[in-house]
Amino acid sequence: MKYEPIIGLEVHAQLLTHSKIFCGCSTQFGREPNQNTCPVCAGFPGVLPVLNKQVVEFAIKAGLATHCTIASSSILARKNYFYPDLPKGYQISQYELPICTGGYIDVQIDGAQKRVRLTRIHIEEDAGKNIHDAHGAASLVDLNRAGVPLLEIVSEPDIRSPQEAGAYLKTLRQMLQYLGICDGNMEEGSFRCDANVSIRPEGSEALGIKIEIKNLNSFKAVEKSIEFEIERQRETLLEGGKLIQETRLWDDHREGTRSMRSKESAHDYRYFPDPDLPPILTDAEWIDRIRAGLPELPNDRKLRFMKDYALTAYDAELLSSRRDIADYFETAVAIHANPKALGNWIIGDLFRVVNERKLDEQLYITKWPVPPQHLAQLVELIDEDKISGNIGKTVFEAMLGSSLSPQEIVSEKRLEQVSDVGAIETVVEQVIAANPKQVAQFQSGNEKVFGFLVGQVMKLTQGKAKPQKVNEILRKSLNRRVT
Amino acid sequence: MSLAQLTLHDAAEKLRNREFTAVELTEAVFQRIAETEPRVCAYLTLAHDRALEDAARADEARKKVPGSGPLLGIPIAIKDNFLTKGLRTTCASKILGDFIPPYDATAIAKIRSAGAVIIGKTNLDEFAMGSSAENSGFFPTRNPWNLGRIPGGSSGGSAAAVAADECTAALGTDTGGSIRQPAACCGIVGLKPTYGRVSRYGIIAFASSMDQVGPLTKDVRDSALLLEAIAGHDPADSTSVNSIVPRYSEMLADDIKQLRIGVPKEYFVSGVAAEVGYAVRKAVDELEKQGAVVEEISLPYTKDAVAVYYIIATAEASSNLARYDGMRYGYRANARDLLETYTDSRAAGFGPEVKRRIILGTYVLSAGYYDAYYLKAQKVRTLIKQDFDEAFKKCDVIVTPAAPTAAFGLGEKIQDPLQMYLSDICTIPINLAGLPALSLPCGFDKDGMPIGIQLIGKHFDEPTILRVAHQYEQSTPWHKQKAKFKD
Amino acid sequence: MKLSREELRGVALLARLRLSPEEESPLAMELDAILGYMDKLNQLNTDDVEPFGHTMTALNPLREDRVTNQPDTESLLANAPDRDGTFFKVPKIIE
Repeated sequence: MKYEPIIGLEVHAQLLTHSKIFCGCSTQFGREPNQNTCPVCAGFPGVLPVLNKQVVEFAIKAGLATHCTIASSSILARKNYFYPDLPKGYQISQYELPICTGGYIDVQIDGAQKRVRLTRIHIEEDAGKNIHDAHGAASLVDLNRAGVPLLEIVSEPDIRSPQEAGAYLKTLRQMLQYLGICDGNMEEGSFRCDANVSIRPEGSEALGIKIEIKNLNSFKAVEKSIEFEIERQRETLLEGGKLIQETRLWDDHREGTRSMRSKESAHDYRYFPDPDLPPILTDAEWIDRIRAGLPELPNDRKLRFMKDYALTAYDAELLSSRRDIADYFETAVAIHANPKALGNWIIGDLFRVVNERKLDEQLYITKWPVPPQHLAQLVELIDEDKISGNIGKTVFEAMLGSSLSPQEIVSEKRLEQVSDVGAIETVVEQVIAANPKQVAQFQSGNEKVFGFLVGQVMKLTQGKAKPQKVNEILRKSLNRRVT
Repeated sequence: MSLAQLTLHDAAEKLRNREFTAVELTEAVFQRIAETEPRVCAYLTLAHDRALEDAARADEARKKVPGSGPLLGIPIAIKDNFLTKGLRTTCASKILGDFIPPYDATAIAKIRSAGAVIIGKTNLDEFAMGSSAENSGFFPTRNPWNLGRIPGGSSGGSAAAVAADECTAALGTDTGGSIRQPAACCGIVGLKPTYGRVSRYGIIAFASSMDQVGPLTKDVRDSALLLEAIAGHDPADSTSVNSIVPRYSEMLADDIKQLRIGVPKEYFVSGVAAEVGYAVRKAVDELEKQGAVVEEISLPYTKDAVAVYYIIATAEASSNLARYDGMRYGYRANARDLLETYTDSRAAGFGPEVKRRIILGTYVLSAGYYDAYYLKAQKVRTLIKQDFDEAFKKCDVIVTPAAPTAAFGLGEKIQDPLQMYLSDICTIPINLAGLPALSLPCGFDKDGMPIGIQLIGKHFDEPTILRVAHQYEQSTPWHKQKAKFKD
Repeated sequence: MKLSREELRGVALLARLRLSPEEESPLAMELDAILGYMDKLNQLNTDDVEPFGHTMTALNPLREDRVTNQPDTESLLANAPDRDGTFFKVPKIIE
């Protein structure tokens, strides 16, 4: 019996707003416990929620980018349950009328395009955090995260393999980063994923028993857990066992899923519309304004890079992988139109420096080591033959430690390329005179030693001599000597 | 005559004329409290020192700014479900423990910035759930007219304090009648504004779609003055309405000639005591004498209002009270584990009526019952509102009894919750529709207990009901009568 | 009985309320009466009726995305039954 997996993914994305969803507390990470809290997000008596406009706009952005229908009226609802990190004893979320429905994300997998449909996108608030205290006898509650806005993005069960799941998540994450609404950090918890996995006999239309997997803290964990779960379910059925609808936790160490220990007596969340919050109303005008402000999306940008700049798919993908990188690239190209060379400098050299200096803040590089204007100028200088490619590398290193433009550095350090024939001839004569052994070796047929002699000329000119000219003149001089 | 017996507008005028100071007025009130409080038990917390400080500050302020507002230096009692910063707030429940709020409710902030003096926090039915103040987690309050009777609820403490002159005016909340019914029981004026007129921020929530803050006062003019001070948009309350607050106190004088008054027959049925029906009809006659046009109308869905209310209110309450879990504030039981801490703290902290309503509310929201109860109730609620919309096409004010009976005896209805719920029949429909309504005295029964008449207005038409109330009040003797403290 | 003993206990657990054995019976009877009373609503035809929504409030009360709160951790923890540094301390949570 062959089984096919049916996979759906639920993503919770923390939104990059300055303040929380229902109160004016800061969302900034890393504060002292309970520093970013107030009576509202701490669920004190008498408090009331007021919705953050930016959260609605972000939701609409995400909905538009995924071709969803944006509801003209959507309802915030209470999801009721007891937990120490849930201060009000309910989470404000959306239930029957979410802000976005329908929609889809196109995912590239193995060279082909797969469309994953979305069920819905809705707005909700995050809960606080619990940790165990030092002695393990109590728990400690930090409500800084309580009230941070989340978008819940639910896919239809269209995914058919762990790899597709990984590709979907990467595409979704990249899109949210491009929109500037989420920084997509799974390890830090700003981008969370639960997987729903079931299997059914190939060709069957029926849905299998759906099992939810939680506690996935990396893309790898998502793929591995789905793979594990598909196998587990397959084996269970093949052995004649029965599957029960349940929630399982992924264990990274043991690399397996296990049933949740606490028997959550089927949660009855008793959803009802929150009487403290009127329906969220959107109109065509507002939506159009947001649509007009949407950035070019990653895949569109990548294709345009390939078309407009004749970049390879690989390079285009890297340069469009993040919006800040793509913006940097295009700013530079607009100044000096050599996309291929600029692309290479960015991918080869700039990325290296960014990693070394840890300048990457996940969503954008906070401070580029070199402004795009200067990188463009550097390439321009090389393209105009004012400096050689090698000198270019030297100039680049100098740019890293200074705010001077490449032109200024070249002038200051006198790195201009030497192409004057007479000057080079002089140096070539010097080198030939100083290295009779190697000259003789060359003249007896040893080509390899030519490189050494070139190197000597470059050394004497502090690398500034124009390489082609050096080659030309040296070869001519050596050949002249033969006769 | 003690200064404590003055109305708000009289006291304001005399303060303006420097006949006495705010400190003297406040001291007179505390003097009065010392005399009558042991019998009335209206207060849970008295803020004697703070009040005198506030009064002194008010006197200073008056020296610097001669043209001060009417609330400057006026002693106000606050129902103990309003959060008052730095002043213990209990909601008449053990579950709040010794909770000291870190912030003021918006309505409190507003009256404080107007210079009012907060005398203390008054008793209520626990979490505002009740019609007699007998559900208080601490002790019952007594009706100043007859100490063996209930003062009404849930704002029983505030109503009794006003009636006993233990404050110049008071604030309360009304979810199903909790201002209007105790006002009727205690022979004073109680106003529930339109839903959204006054901010709910800082009021311990009971039923969020119905709770409203309102004044309990000695006469209608006082009610208008206090409403002016607390009404208005609050950005911290998403259900508060952004519209101009009229100068209610300046809109009382016009006559009511040609005003159309509707009298719904459903409010005069068997559950309503004969004496009450009689007194209200006599009041309607008086209005007619003053030129109003009276017509009998019908509000057919009235009979379903109590059922609708108790489904929706308990559902909302079951969710609103989930935060009282012993984790971040209030009472925490000593228990073996997390689950027991929850269940034991809440079992010990909540009284029987609160528990009853939480269970009911949880049930009507639970899987399998949501459609039959909660959703159904919200639909019938629409029908109830439509009844009023229809009626208000033909009339400007609707007049009914404020309660089916005068104040009953302590302990009389407490054993039968359903009976207790049915005593809200006159007031509940108004909360469901979000309309403004006012109750004021219109006579006494044979036992000398006050009877209240209710005036219901269109949304945001507080000016009309205040005007009708004022005209009626000024042509009748009821508001001049003082509580008798019968034993 | 509308509410069986089992169901009552289930609801009490959902509401995190411990009911003593003495409380259960009278509560079940009271709730029975109340729920029976509420059942009359089923006789009403509400097929074409919308549930009561927010009809009277301002359109879309939204706030600007600005940090307006000053941290005041101490005042927030002042009423805590138990604390550890600036954490709320609660009974151990078992996953």
